[in-house]
Amino acid sequence: MNAALEFDLGKHPVEAYRDEIGGLIKSANYALGCLKGWMSARKAKLPLAAALTTAEIIPEPLGLVLIISSWNFPFGLSLEPLIGALAAGNVVVLKPSEVAPRCSSLLANVLPAYLDPKAIKVVEGGPAVSEQLVKQKWDKILFTGSARVGRIVMAAAANHLTPVTLEFGGKCPAVLDSLSSSWDREVAVQRIVGSKFSACAGQACIAIDYVVVEKKFSSTLLELMKVRIGKMLGENPRESRSMARIVNKHHFLRLKTLLEDPNVKASIVYGGSMDEKSLFIEPTILLDPPLESDLMQDEIFGPLLPIITLKKIEDSINFINSRPKPLAIYAFTHNDSLRKRMVAETSSGSVTFNDAMIQYMADTLPFGGIGESGMGNYHGKFSFDTFSHHKAVMRRSFLVDFWFRFPPWNDHKLQLFRSMYLFDYLGVLLTVLGLRKSKQG
Amino acid sequence: MAGEDKKQQPFDSKAASSLVAELRGAFASGTTRSYQWRESQLRGLLRMTDEHEQDITAALRSDLGKPELESVLYEAAMLRNSCKFALKELQRWMMPEKVKTSLTTFPSSAEIVSEPLGVVLIISAWNYPYCMRHFSFFIFPVSFASFTILFVVPTFFLHYLSVLSLDPVVGAIAAGNAVVLKPSEIAPATSALLAKLLGEYMDSSSIRVVEGAVPETTALLEQKWDKIFYTGNGRVGQIVMAAAAKHLTPVVLELGGKSPVVVDSGINLQIACRRIIVGKWGNNNGQACIASDYIITTKDLAPKLVDVLKNELETFYGKNPLESKDLSRIVNSNHFTRLTKLLDEDKVSKKVVYGGERDPTKLQIAPTILLDVPRDSLIMNEEIFGPLLPILTVDKLEESFDIIKSGAKPLAAYIFTNDKKLKEHFVNNVSAGGLVVNDTTVHLAVHTLPFGGVGESGIGAYHGKFSFDAFSHKKAVVYRSFMGDAAIRYPPYTNGKLRLMKALLGGSILGILRALFGRS
Repeated sequence: MNAALEFDLGKHPVEAYRDEIGGLIKSANYALGCLKGWMSARKAKLPLAAALTTAEIIPEPLGLVLIISSWNFPFGLSLEPLIGALAAGNVVVLKPSEVAPRCSSLLANVLPAYLDPKAIKVVEGGPAVSEQLVKQKWDKILFTGSARVGRIVMAAAANHLTPVTLEFGGKCPAVLDSLSSSWDREVAVQRIVGSKFSACAGQACIAIDYVVVEKKFSSTLLELMKVRIGKMLGENPRESRSMARIVNKHHFLRLKTLLEDPNVKASIVYGGSMDEKSLFIEPTILLDPPLESDLMQDEIFGPLLPIITLKKIEDSINFINSRPKPLAIYAFTHNDSLRKRMVAETSSGSVTFNDAMIQYMADTLPFGGIGESGMGNYHGKFSFDTFSHHKAVMRRSFLVDFWFRFPPWNDHKLQLFRSMYLFDYLGVLLTVLGLRKSKQG
Repeated sequence: MAGEDKKQQPFDSKAASSLVAELRGAFASGTTRSYQWRESQLRGLLRMTDEHEQDITAALRSDLGKPELESVLYEAAMLRNSCKFALKELQRWMMPEKVKTSLTTFPSSAEIVSEPLGVVLIISAWNYPYCMRHFSFFIFPVSFASFTILFVVPTFFLHYLSVLSLDPVVGAIAAGNAVVLKPSEIAPATSALLAKLLGEYMDSSSIRVVEGAVPETTALLEQKWDKIFYTGNGRVGQIVMAAAAKHLTPVVLELGGKSPVVVDSGINLQIACRRIIVGKWGNNNGQACIASDYIITTKDLAPKLVDVLKNELETFYGKNPLESKDLSRIVNSNHFTRLTKLLDEDKVSKKVVYGGERDPTKLQIAPTILLDVPRDSLIMNEEIFGPLLPILTVDKLEESFDIIKSGAKPLAAYIFTNDKKLKEHFVNNVSAGGLVVNDTTVHLAVHTLPFGGVGESGIGAYHGKFSFDAFSHKKAVVYRSFMGDAAIRYPPYTNGKLRLMKALLGGSILGILRALFGRS
């Protein structure tokens, strides 16, 4: 797996472990530990102990599910959903991304040796294959990719009324408040710069897309970032082999074009050099690039980090809200009221304080977007649930019934019902005994 | 008010777009998020139902010929119960849910926050225009004087399903959203009444009703919503979902299907038949999404089953059911024609063993039972949604499961049996939105059960807290400390760091301790 990731994306084995392999081991163990509990029926409380009636919710597999994954975390994004689909008892077709071809063929070749080949199949191929697949009738589709393709997937799913979970991305902001302690500042910068540049070179749905900071701190921030990048990746990041490369020429050129806008180019304050032959772009920081530029309108998905300065850090809330809802919002702050406002006044898949990307590893948190960043969620039990149908089951006895449940209707029966719904037991009794007249003549 | 505006100018794309913009502004102002607002709106719905029960009943009678008791119990009372339940639980539902964090993200704390989705569209069907479910189940012991009477009142619940406009509204409001409701045009008196009453009782800056038919619904579906909740049939469900796909709008689709009833021998046939009857004809005369669609029983039991059904039907609706006031009429002539076509198909018309009478002037069809209709007949290939009940017979009851599985997954499936093995086989092998053993439709009334379909019978679920969840975004929030593993996760990568990372992901305390003391 390391070799395939190195070949397709230039990932370092430690990065591969941290972001994909280690996470998968963790998730699989978690699912194994919880499986029995997840599979068992849950009793549902009945309003007034209907002693001879029981109600429960039984999870059952949806049936045949399709998982389409993306190229940036080819193992993680294929197998994390697979864990959930299998835990829920489904039959699965997995369509890994052709943009990471070694990883895709590894999955196709190796999975059948470890999993039941009659129930889990890997189908390799590009957009044409995906198009054919989504035309079929599935019991569920989980798609990770772009919102543009996500719309096509959901439209195809609509033809069969197939439920979908769609995982996109967005421009995930990192709001950096003033931090008085230098330790905290160092840690914040390390987490920002580390998560941005060392996780698939910024090509991640939950990567920090841009940083927001108060103008007066921007130069301090920039210096701290430069130092930290140097410590992380050395003088020559490409030689360090600790940073992934851009996945292919198409994306390389896309990123190159983002920087060709003269106003954007003028805002580069660090890095900026690119090598097309090795598809490598070094960590690049920009200071206040124009907000209408493509760089600031589209999801960057690369190692370019704009710093946007604002007068007051609280303005970041409006800034974020004027843009589509991202998959994640990050905020580095000790300010409790800012924290509360962040959570209450912005909307995103998730909010993480004082760190970045780590929410991905939490088994107890739903991982998913909202609006343009996606719909539905998974991870941990949410994976199991997303691939299950929660079936309501009620069991009644023949022994209990009440005569006025049935027609023919009359005012007497209506009166009994009125009393019952008001839990006026005495009223019911009196009516039954003929001691109370019905309300309507 | 919405109803009056409609008469003045057509509700087109432009009108729909400015309606959404207006509601987005209202939502952005934060009005709908507060507990106070949500509570006041739910109380408004309650007051509205209390003060206008007569008007509601009259509208339902005008649109559907619905017997008063069905209106009061199933629609008004159900809505009341939904509101009361939501009011009781609202504070609890609104609280963030703390979750355990593992060593992997140590030190941290995390919670799941329920936030409103924003501006939601609710499109309702016509069979239960006012409310959707309703239930009440209770057992209460009453003791007085020298004896104790134990009343077990499994009251039934209601038939809800499909129609109900306002039950999803309860969930949408409880979750803090702004709402546009599009009631069904097939029940026009109820639709107009809803528009008028909601305009009077609810905060119209955030809750609106749009009346109309296909053009208005199309205009609404072109807009970008934060959620669409649709109750109706699969064909339109596809259209709704396709429209939602353009804007990546999540949907809840409450559709239907052919809900089968498997009837075993060795049971109290009379009780079973009563329950089948009240769940079918007592529910809008069979025009309900979870009404029993067809019966499967053994060849041996079929004749007796038919006899008992006939007897009970006569007890409930008399010898002239077309004259009975306790049966809703068929909603309109389109559906009347559709149903008579099902009845009059050649291979089916001779299979009628009870009923079959119809009165086109009153749009009424009598409760009708058919025996041994062919599997490829029209009546067995679409959701009946009316007072016709075909009975299929098999040699062994186990064959019924294959029959059910060969069709689309229904919204509900029922079985009457005392055989434990058969019960468990049914529960574990039949896939449907919901199952009931030894009754029909009652699960509608249980707030603690999710109500929704699977496969072609629907996507998503609601009722009780499930309604609140259907209209909420579950946002993960993580609070991390500045202490911790800062160094080991990032380059330069070393074997030492890899070891620590493995310990972290593997949850080793020792590994964590070592990680805590390093920074670079």
